[in-house]
Amino acid sequence: MTQRPDGREEGGFSRRTLLKGAGATAAAGALGGAVEALAQDAGPGLPANASGIAGPGPVPMTLRVNGGERKLDVEPRRTLLDALRGDLDLTGAKRVCDRGTCGACTIWLDGEPVYACMVLAIEAVGSEITTIEGLGTPDAPHPVQTAFRKYDALQCGFCTPGFVMSCAWATKTHGAELDDAGVRASTCGNLCRCGTYPHVIAATLEAAASEEGK
Amino acid sequence: MPRKVTYTVGQAGGPTREISVNVHDLDVDPWGVDAKLRVVGTEVPRLDAAVKASGRAKYTYDMNRPGMAYSRLLRCFHAHAVVTSVDTSAAAKMPGVLGVTTLLDVGGRITFAGKGVVAVCAETEEQLDDALHAIEVAYDVRPGAVTTDDGRAEGAERVDERRDNAVVGRRGRQERGDPDAALAAAAAQVSATFRTQVQTHSALETHGCVVEPTGDGEYTVWASTQGTGSFRGTMARALGIGADKVRVITEHMGGGFGAKLGGVDEWDRAAAFFARDLGRPVKAMLDRRAEHLVAGNRPDSIQEMTLAANAEGEITALVGTTHGTAGNGGGGAGAANTRIYRIPNLRMTQTTVSTFAGRARAFRAPGHPQGIFALDGSVDALAEKMQIDPLAFRLKNDPHPLRQVQWRVGAERIEWERLRREYPGDGTVKRGVGCAAAIWFQRGRGNYVVNLQVARDGSVIVSNAVQDIGTGTRTVLAMLVAEELGLTPERITVRIGDTNFPAGPGSGGSTTAPSIGPAAREAGYHARLALAALLAESWECEPDKIDWSGTTFSGPGGKNSTFDEACKLIGPEGLAVSGQRRPNYKQGFSGETAGCQFAEVEVDTETGVIRVLRIVAVHDAGRIVDPLTARSQVVGGVIQGVSYALHEDRRMDRNLGDMVNPTLDTYRILGIADCPKIDCLLTSIDSGFNNAGMMGLGEPVTVPTAGAVANAVSHALGVRMTELPITPARVLAALGGAR
Ligand code: FES
Ligand code: FES
Repeated sequence: MTQRPDGREEGGFSRRTLLKGAGATAAAGALGGAVEALAQDAGPGLPANASGIAGPGPVPMTLRVNGGERKLDVEPRRTLLDALRGDLDLTGAKRVCDRGTCGACTIWLDGEPVYACMVLAIEAVGSEITTIEGLGTPDAPHPVQTAFRKYDALQCGFCTPGFVMSCAWATKTHGAELDDAGVRASTCGNLCRCGTYPHVIAATLEAAASEEGK
Repeated sequence: MPRKVTYTVGQAGGPTREISVNVHDLDVDPWGVDAKLRVVGTEVPRLDAAVKASGRAKYTYDMNRPGMAYSRLLRCFHAHAVVTSVDTSAAAKMPGVLGVTTLLDVGGRITFAGKGVVAVCAETEEQLDDALHAIEVAYDVRPGAVTTDDGRAEGAERVDERRDNAVVGRRGRQERGDPDAALAAAAAQVSATFRTQVQTHSALETHGCVVEPTGDGEYTVWASTQGTGSFRGTMARALGIGADKVRVITEHMGGGFGAKLGGVDEWDRAAAFFARDLGRPVKAMLDRRAEHLVAGNRPDSIQEMTLAANAEGEITALVGTTHGTAGNGGGGAGAANTRIYRIPNLRMTQTTVSTFAGRARAFRAPGHPQGIFALDGSVDALAEKMQIDPLAFRLKNDPHPLRQVQWRVGAERIEWERLRREYPGDGTVKRGVGCAAAIWFQRGRGNYVVNLQVARDGSVIVSNAVQDIGTGTRTVLAMLVAEELGLTPERITVRIGDTNFPAGPGSGGSTTAPSIGPAAREAGYHARLALAALLAESWECEPDKIDWSGTTFSGPGGKNSTFDEACKLIGPEGLAVSGQRRPNYKQGFSGETAGCQFAEVEVDTETGVIRVLRIVAVHDAGRIVDPLTARSQVVGGVIQGVSYALHEDRRMDRNLGDMVNPTLDTYRILGIADCPKIDCLLTSIDSGFNNAGMMGLGEPVTVPTAGAVANAVSHALGVRMTELPITPARVLAALGGAR
């Protein structure tokens, strides 16, 4: 399991656990039930074998994203981040470090923040995925997004979707109890190079204090 | 016909100066220090905040084009090697592979880890990975120094076979007065060697582009660049076509800090060739390791400094020798800025040492953070030796009228006198306070044109090719136009980051806002004149009988009109005007922007761990158009400076010549948990160099931070810290050495 610096765990399986496996079989073993749903076709030229191994070619799968179902064909080794960005054109989550350090790819999996670069798309089958696009829109923003604008908690904005997802989780979880240390703990897995941290803290505290932010 | 305008510039309620400028007949009058402004100077949320915070902003990295293929380079991670064989045959036959091109043939020489050897293009990123793994390249690996000390050592292998590694650059020698006599006559002098590390820009969006052939031999290119114009020019040259055939788009950009100036790179060219040959869009973004290795850095430095003063506490001489490596490139030696303090006698020599490592690139105030670390460290050491308060010593030696104000403002905010008295305190956890100076020069440049369109419904579009790299350029342009038209900035649609619009400045040297802002103001003013002309026609009076209150037009007989009412007079085709920036005014308030920062730190003398508690940053940048986004710039510069002072360090393996920490978990940048409290005090002035009185802000704000932090740590410990980053190990070593 991958632990975030604040002690929370990411998803049920980590990408690293899978990569440690000796190949598709080990991966399929680790995936257990999730694979059954995917076993119809393991990819061009590689029909699924009796044990239901998916891949190594693209496999069809259905992801539940922002309340809707999205069908896609991707290789089992494709990360959820790359599938969201490349296959579903949900490019709010960013690829920055691609190894679970920077938090720019933060999304919610079943309501909990995870690094989408550390989850395989195939692992997310059956989970409820919320991306920044599902949180709010420019016209109907989430309170955290409104506060980010007000406090200028963004410069280049490349880290911003990840921060917003972490901060919105913090306001949802802690409501008005959230304090300075709580915001820092909830976002210490997010990096910003432009230097927006103080404004992120101010914005998130205001959103948490607001009625809707709870 | 030029007109002469005489007006007052400088700081409201502070130092001012009267100047006269000649402006063109139809040009807007400069504002001056007393201008009563409605929009400029108020806090306006950045216009693209909502689209960025909702994840809708499309960066280059986010472009998914129909039929898009992916390209990447196979890189050599030896510092110095010669290619002895390349076999791409297996890769070329792999599924999904669309193209393989060898960039270096057998015999090709590699002089830094990360050099591209083979370019590959494939349908998917996974297929691209597989193909890159299937390429076999063999090298004859040679010795090659990767550090400044090794590069300048006797008998070191040469990076460029035709010349020595150590070279004094064109502007590498500075001399004035008689430094030797001044040193001999000095009442006190201090000598120390300061060392700084290599820092990488580490922008979150890596370098790269998407190149799309659009038919007829033309291309649209989305690029993560700080200069849409230079990217277009260099891309066109790479493709061997005219610049008119290339359109570059940079609507949003994920950070650059200097590393994304100067046009296309090796990987961009490879993507363009694949796109041309395949007739399909091709995307090429660097991965994080390549970004660290090949996309630029701030050079390291070894600065041997001697600073001397007379018995009155006046600095009399500075003698300095600095070395630094810019890898394969030039401009390696950061050096103390010699224009901050009055230094009558001076000798400085700067030597760039070539090494077998990736080239440096401009990085937020090139040369300055490292130079100020050494200069203000020496100033503190000399003050201490002479038993003068370091701030009093600076006030005595700093001739800049505005910085004189700023030192006092900052000292009051941080409670300098009390903290100097009470710190470092007893116990094992010590505290300290220190300060350092900032300077910058940019008044903006160029004769850029901003286009402005107004429709009958009152909608306004402002356009220019300039890119917003996160500094808030888009918002500043809207504010300047809104000021002239009596509107709110949200009413203005700003279309930028596209070379289909009039050329704009590259974002380097903190020049963007003062280079393009005055043109936007001018465009807004011209739109107002055009509306006044329409009103004059309708009101049957001369245009010069129409007045403007800042929000409404008025004419003879008590007639008046808002902007929106006046727009109804516009024909169905709309109204278009432009505004052009004029050359900088000659006089101005001061050619240098000033600033200073104070740091308060806590150091655990048992573990060596440093916590920066607080930074007080006092800066001027001419007229502050949007204090909200300006403060973000300051806070950002401070955070990068603290990060540089305490954490960042590109570590090279001296034997293998590769970077040991080319990831974001091993190359540490400051995180939110360690972020200090930052007080930002902006002293807005009218600079008197352009119609809006603007100057640049991005760079000076990171100049003094590391120096101030180092001085604060030295105060806490009673030992001078002379090497960055100030890690716990260095703290403990310094304490051990002092015992
Ligand atoms: S891209 Fe996923 S944590 Fe950095
Ligand atoms: S705003 Fe640029 S990285 Fe955070």
